[in-house]
Amino acid sequence: MTGNPRLTLADVKVGTAHEAKVVDNLSRTQIVQYAAGSGDFNPIHHDETFATKVAGYPSVFAHGMLTMGLTGRMLTDWLGDGVLKSFGVRFVKQVFPGDSLVAKATVKEVQEQGGEGLVELELVTVNQRGEPVVQGSATAVLPR
Amino acid sequence: MSDGHSFHVDRTGILLFASALGETNPIYWDEDAAKRTNLGGVIAPPTFAISAAHWNPDYALKGVRRIPASKPKDAPAAGASGGRGGGGGGMNLARVLHGEQRFEYHKPLRPGMTLTVTTRPGKSWSKEGKKGGKMNFSESVSEYRDEKGELVVVATSVGIVTEKAVEG
Repeated sequence: MTGNPRLTLADVKVGTAHEAKVVDNLSRTQIVQYAAGSGDFNPIHHDETFATKVAGYPSVFAHGMLTMGLTGRMLTDWLGDGVLKSFGVRFVKQVFPGDSLVAKATVKEVQEQGGEGLVELELVTVNQRGEPVVQGSATAVLPR
Repeated sequence: MSDGHSFHVDRTGILLFASALGETNPIYWDEDAAKRTNLGGVIAPPTFAISAAHWNPDYALKGVRRIPASKPKDAPAAGASGGRGGGGGGMNLARVLHGEQRFEYHKPLRPGMTLTVTTRPGKSWSKEGKKGGKMNFSESVSEYRDEKGELVVVATSVGIVTEKAVEG
């Protein structure tokens, strides 16, 4: 075990669920901060004129990767650090300034092998209207 | 397959990235606290590999940055490590969407690592969208390897180019 797990296999079984509010009233500042952190300066995420007049969106919107990163924060805060084996999402809806997001994980399968186990999770992050913004899956290794 | 580009991982890059996610977890910046864990030091958050875009000379969404300098025009395109989109130029930023992103983790990403990122095209397909007309999907697969040539992360991106703007 090279990671820093916060849970053991005793804490999870099929159907175990966890959720966390990962952003409340998303600010344009956070979107700009993410642009600088990630290097993605598509103006659609920070230039209101470009986003509305050129691209035809109601306003600038968050990078999909910001929403994925916020979803990842829920996972690592719950499961621990360095325990993920895979993490994938589909971006299903834009996230706009002012949105609030809750990220949820549900255990779909647990496979024990030796002193540890592989936990498969289903993920969904929803906005304040309950609409999914990302859907995906992750696998994590937890100790017995 | 491109020749790849370097990705220099450091604590400041991790700090900026983690801050943008609202992280409060000391594993991303507090070396003393991180040393007391099994990980033995600071690591990067799970989606940090995307920020290799900063080091990709051919990245299409780099804003006004001119460094790292672009490679000569006849060099192979480095694809989309750290994001979607191909080798810059001609990309219609208003019509590009990020459809999917997946990471496979082999080792933790740590400050001090110099990774080599190589990107190859994956599958591509198209379908009719509800509002945006035809949507063209293309996958790109980026392998991040350490100084020993060992895999650290594999990042797969699906980019979508739409005929018209797609509203949320």
